Amino acid sequence: MFLGAAAPDAVAPVLIELGVVVLVLAVLARGADRVGISPIPLYLIAGLVAGEGGLDLLRLGEGMVAVGSEVGVVLLLLALGLEYSGDELGASLRSGLPAGLADLVANAVPGVLFGLALGWEIRAAILLGGVTYISSSGVISKVLRDLDRLGNRETPSILSILVLEDLAMAVYLPVVAVLLTGGTFLAGLVSVGAALLAVAVVLFVALRHGPLISRAVLTRTDEALLLGVLGTTLLVAGLASRLQVSAAVGAFLVGIALSGPTQERASRLVSPLRDLFAATFFLFFGLQVDPANLVPVAAVAGALAVVTAATKVATGWWAAARAGIARPGRLRAGTALIARGEFSVVIAGLGVATGIEPELGPVAAAYVLFMAIGGPVLTRLSDTLAARVRPAT
Amino acid sequence: MAEVQETPLPGVGVRYDFITTEGDRIGVLAHRTGRRELLVYGTDDPDACRDVVRLDPDDTHTLAELLGTSHVSERLNALQQDIEGLTIDWLPVGADSACVGRTLRESALRSETGVSIVAVVRGDETIPAPGGDFALARGDTAVAVGTAEGIKELFRLLQQG
Repeated sequence: MFLGAAAPDAVAPVLIELGVVVLVLAVLARGADRVGISPIPLYLIAGLVAGEGGLDLLRLGEGMVAVGSEVGVVLLLLALGLEYSGDELGASLRSGLPAGLADLVANAVPGVLFGLALGWEIRAAILLGGVTYISSSGVISKVLRDLDRLGNRETPSILSILVLEDLAMAVYLPVVAVLLTGGTFLAGLVSVGAALLAVAVVLFVALRHGPLISRAVLTRTDEALLLGVLGTTLLVAGLASRLQVSAAVGAFLVGIALSGPTQERASRLVSPLRDLFAATFFLFFGLQVDPANLVPVAAVAGALAVVTAATKVATGWWAAARAGIARPGRLRAGTALIARGEFSVVIAGLGVATGIEPELGPVAAAYVLFMAIGGPVLTRLSDTLAARVRPAT
Repeated sequence: MAEVQETPLPGVGVRYDFITTEGDRIGVLAHRTGRRELLVYGTDDPDACRDVVRLDPDDTHTLAELLGTSHVSERLNALQQDIEGLTIDWLPVGADSACVGRTLRESALRSETGVSIVAVVRGDETIPAPGGDFALARGDTAVAVGTAEGIKELFRLLQQG
């Protein structure tokens, strides 16, 4: 890691390799923007092509990419926590709970059942349930912006579901992290209890005393704020990981705890860093999956994609109907929610890291490729489709 | 005035919308970043926006001005919040006020209340920085800067005392 200390001729190839990697990511991001899709599937494909079983290009910088990908997960979750204020979480919890529960049941259960049907052990099946459950708030908010749908009347229903999925992650991730470490039932129970208690305490403090915490972190210079927030997040993530609670949860809680002006500024400052490291993370996930393993699971992943696209549409349709939205709007809400992306990869990444099920990585990769590309396309089509659905209530 | 519906959008901002007298639904999406979007809803699909106009803060002010909303008072409101402990207010001069017809020096308003009269609005005319020999007249509006207490006291003096 300490490039300055190494001999210059050892440094040069590493820098060149990293430079090429980042440039390739840049080209992919540009291309994705040009055609109006999320760059996430392209990063995954780049990883698949460059990794083991593919061209096996990345050798020297792999260690750095691995560390970068860990930081990527932490920053993704920090940004997720920063996205919503405590008040917004509370309000969504009060008004959107039925829709949130329907979303959880309708979309996590198919994943779990598919996992079990494939003969996986229950923990891997639970991970696959997480992969199919969580919509990509990054992809969806970008699509809503691009299509000028933020002002639409069905949009609050969509956002409320996304907020509740994020909250569900705060519970899901620590539980899964504990399940994956194994150990005795009692030890697991204690760890889960401790993790959930920490989540509850942070949420409570953030809701009640958010401004206090934020004032303590707030400084005048952007530089000091960025370093402060980043340092705190990495430290908390590291400690959480040491306590078997998963680094991601720690980072998420730091994001939640910040509010008000600190939250807005921190979120603006962190986002370029998140983009860099998250790209590294998707690439690294692709690197770990052998493309030869994708082919046999493609049919399974495709079937899972069709089923869970349908369940998301049903969820969105129902949530929008509860909010008094007419049928075209319900269809828009449903199709908008189809996209899965960053957090599905994060969840699958947890399983891949522990190696509990060799098929999990390939299935999740193929699934995310389908959903991150297909979801936005279906959302765009929904306007044409909606024209055929009579706007009756 | 029509009833304005306020809908929070987590992670985005707040949406305000209402139905016009003629039955069209229009709204404003206030982004957290300060950007605004003007929303015009469709008639065949009541939930979708037929048109979305993006406005930066400057555009917002221009549009507000054209629509006849007081852009000046909005600016001054912001100012009032910025300067801690300092209040700006427009105070009408009542017919019964002892100050009517007397110069500012004679009524000694500043030494009594600690509040400065920085301008006087008389009809269509604005007199900036009135001097000591300036006499207030009935129907004038004094633009005063000072502490909240002082402003209250001055208001009382300009009404009666």
